Amino acid sequence: MIDIICSVLLIAGCVFVFLASLGMLRMPDIFTRMSASTKASGFGITLIFFSLIIYFEDFYLTVQLLVTIILIYLLSPVSAHLIGRAAYFSGSKLWFKTKIEELNIKEENQDKDKD
Amino acid sequence: MELTFVIKYFALPMLGISFILSLIRIIKGPELQDRVVAFDLLAIITIAFIACYAVLRQVFALLDAAIVLALISFLGTTAFAFFIGKEKDND
Repeated sequence: MIDIICSVLLIAGCVFVFLASLGMLRMPDIFTRMSASTKASGFGITLIFFSLIIYFEDFYLTVQLLVTIILIYLLSPVSAHLIGRAAYFSGSKLWFKTKIEELNIKEENQDKDKD
Repeated sequence: MELTFVIKYFALPMLGISFILSLIRIIKGPELQDRVVAFDLLAIITIAFIACYAVLRQVFALLDAAIVLALISFLGTTAFAFFIGKEKDND
C-alpha cells in the first residue's frame, strides 16, 4: 500500500518536472517561460520529496527533506523575481500577444462617464 | 509495484527527457536571461535525480547534496541577475 502511494506521488512529481521543462522549451517569451518553470518545478520536487518521506519513515531524513522543500519554496520565487527584473530592465522583449493592463478599469469607466 | 521499478522505468527516463529539453533551451536560448532560467530548472532536475538515486541505492547521505545544490543554484542565479543588471548599466 505504501509502495503504491509513494509511486503515485513520485510519478506525479516527475510529470510536473517534465511539464516545467516542456514549458521551458515551448513558451515564446522569457517571462512566460519563467512562470512555467518556477512554479511547476517547485511543486514537482515537493511531491518527489513527500514520496521519499513516506517511503523511508526516518525522522532525521524527514526533517532534512522538509528543510529542503522550505528552502526551495523560499528561494526560487526570489531568484525568479531577480532574473525577471534584470531581464525587463535590460530590455528583453515581451511576447507580441502579451497585453499589459495594470488596473485600468477605472480609467475606462471615467472615459465612459465623460462620453 | 515496487518503488525501485517505477524509478528505473518511469522516473529516471522522464527526468532524463526533461534534462535534455532544458539543455536544448540552454543551447538555443536567444539571450543570457533565457539560459539562466533554464540553468535554474536544470539544478532542480538534478535535485530530483539525486532523490531518485538515493532511493535506488538506499543511501541517505546523498540527500545532503540536494540542500547544497538548492542553495548553490540560488546563489548562481542571483549572481547572474546582478551581472545582467550591471551589463545594462555599462551600455
